[in-house]
Amino acid sequence: MNHRNFRSLAIAAGLALVGSSACAQVKIAYIDPLSGPFANVGEAGLKGFKEAAEILVNQKGGIMGQKLEYVGFDNKGSPQETQIQLKAAIDQGFRFVTQGNGSGAAHSLIDAVNKWNARNPDKTVLFFNYAAVDPTLTGEKCSFWHFRFDANTEMKMEAITNFMENDKKIKKVFIIGQDYAHGHQVAKAAKEMLAKKRKDVKVVGEDLHPIGKVKDFAPYIAKIKASGADTVITGNWGNDLSLLVKAAKDAGLKARFFTYYAGGLGTPQAMGASGNGKVLQLTEWHMNVPTKSTEKFALDFNKKYPGVYFYYLRVNTMTEMVAKAMNTAKSTDPKAVALALEDMRFPAENGEVWMRKSDHQMMQPLYISVFSKADGKTVKHDSEGTGYGWKTLASISQRDSQLPTACIMERP
Amino acid sequence: MEFIVISLLNGITYGLLLFMLSSGLTLIFSMMGILNFAHASFYMLGAYFAYQISTLVGFWPGLLVAPLLVGAVGAAIECYGLRRAHRFGHVAELLFTFGLAFVVEEVVHLIWGKVAVDYRIPAELDGTLFTLFDTSFPIYKGFMMLISVGMLVALYALLTRTRIGLIIQAALTKPDMVEALGHNVPRIFMLVFGGGTALAGLAGVIGGNAFVTEPGMAAAVGSIVFVIVVVGGLGSLGGAFVASLLIGCIQTFSVGLTISITDVFALIGVQLPEGSQVARLTITQMAPVLPYLLMVAILIFRPRGLMGARES
Repeated sequence: MNHRNFRSLAIAAGLALVGSSACAQVKIAYIDPLSGPFANVGEAGLKGFKEAAEILVNQKGGIMGQKLEYVGFDNKGSPQETQIQLKAAIDQGFRFVTQGNGSGAAHSLIDAVNKWNARNPDKTVLFFNYAAVDPTLTGEKCSFWHFRFDANTEMKMEAITNFMENDKKIKKVFIIGQDYAHGHQVAKAAKEMLAKKRKDVKVVGEDLHPIGKVKDFAPYIAKIKASGADTVITGNWGNDLSLLVKAAKDAGLKARFFTYYAGGLGTPQAMGASGNGKVLQLTEWHMNVPTKSTEKFALDFNKKYPGVYFYYLRVNTMTEMVAKAMNTAKSTDPKAVALALEDMRFPAENGEVWMRKSDHQMMQPLYISVFSKADGKTVKHDSEGTGYGWKTLASISQRDSQLPTACIMERP
Repeated sequence: MEFIVISLLNGITYGLLLFMLSSGLTLIFSMMGILNFAHASFYMLGAYFAYQISTLVGFWPGLLVAPLLVGAVGAAIECYGLRRAHRFGHVAELLFTFGLAFVVEEVVHLIWGKVAVDYRIPAELDGTLFTLFDTSFPIYKGFMMLISVGMLVALYALLTRTRIGLIIQAALTKPDMVEALGHNVPRIFMLVFGGGTALAGLAGVIGGNAFVTEPGMAAAVGSIVFVIVVVGGLGSLGGAFVASLLIGCIQTFSVGLTISITDVFALIGVQLPEGSQVARLTITQMAPVLPYLLMVAILIFRPRGLMGARES
């Protein structure tokens, strides 16, 4: 190699080095379905995360001067593919992952992360779960390397059944869910809690359908109708919920729906006027819960991404808490971040939240709301341009949402 | 009673949509001997074309234009691809259509993205047609049935009552003779393939907004149309019609039945051991697998299908 060539090479290498240190980043791998039947859910989530990182962290000084970035990895909703994507993320240098759509994938991820960390104690990985709600993830299978920012199924069902306890109109309940970990847990929790709180209520039917495969729910609606149920409980999400309520609307089913996820991702559009007063949801927040700055954040988000609507407040909470933990620990080492995140109390937009140390389950206020006509007052904002929005019926404080845990955590 | 009538209506609606899908497949097979693995991809193309047209000029023009476009795409594929593959025998053809299905899916990803598109039922068809036992029956389902039955009648008339139908039928059994009489046999085959794919496209136009228009929709129905063609008998239009209705009804009714496998065996006097996971499965949970069980049974006990003409 002659002298001149060598010199230009050296300059190029130097520039590359400078370039990479100037845009040093804290990167979090977002492993969720970006194709397949739940691609819409995964895409909306990723947009939410990116927006939260930009507005709530990067524009406020970032993480010790570095930028926070979320990068999408498509797991196609499958537990097997999740492990492949985790491997790909680790190979690319990611030390933090987040996932939410599907407890099956979350189980797979928690196992893989535990195994990886046991074998590579110097290159550990931390898992932030923003939506997979199977209680065992913070129960029997709890892990030091996993944090959950969403209320789990038992907490949600506890709140829903407490609400049902006082509603004497409810006589016959039908439970329908997706045939995987989450759907099973919802059905189990609903039956156990109803048996305790409302002995007079009869569970007249229970169905599990293949997840993401059913395109026409009319047969299921016919069955619900035939059972005479006045109330339906479902943990369905994404298209499985939109298509369910669409079929209920087409058949003119009059039963009320208690849901976890009716608030977004196309379901309000599928319901339209037919959901008025009939569809309820349990969430950590909705557009008509007063907040300091989320209202503006959400409106800006909806304007920036036409056709996608801001839905996950907990994504914002999680992003802020992770950034705070890193800034407090003055480190982006997963173990240091985990220790800073444990037991953290944080003033989130829906009230004070607490990351419980014993099982890494976050406690936060919850709201039960019903789909109602937007009136500019209590229902100030409508949902997804339908003219109908969410009206709060009951709120559950962070303290009241707490349930005991079965977690025996192994700590490194 | 209410449940039976409503489920029957649901089953027939779904069955008629399946018929629209499988009629094209069975037509192509009976006339050209090609088992078209990419058939459901044309169904998907129909839905996406109709969506694109509906965003520009509305639903109704799409109902006519989208199937024609799909048919044109199908004819072009026959003319420039399949005809060449045909020279190398049936395996090459099969592989060609198999690969085509993947190509179409990727093209759809590239053009319309991986997320479902918002293809909606037109406002004038969004409502209740009639109410039966206080369950309402949507107008759109009635519309789907109408289109499907109309298509069956038109197809039957075309094949048996018109001159072009006669030539098509003749070209299938005695292509050399038809060619000697001055007809362009390759062009007839191109028309048949284009026509068959246009039918799938039509099914896509009305199925896409009834359900969901997404890149996975071809894979979702791809296997069920083969079940219908096998059960009905390869190449039999009547068989495909009966099999479609049968499978539509099986799928809707099996969802409604809460009895478990243990109960089914108890009916014929066999007591299954308690506690086994499989024995506790209900018919509802097994609903997705039942059509395939039926196909296996048909292949074992009646290989030519319900109304098929040949043994293979």
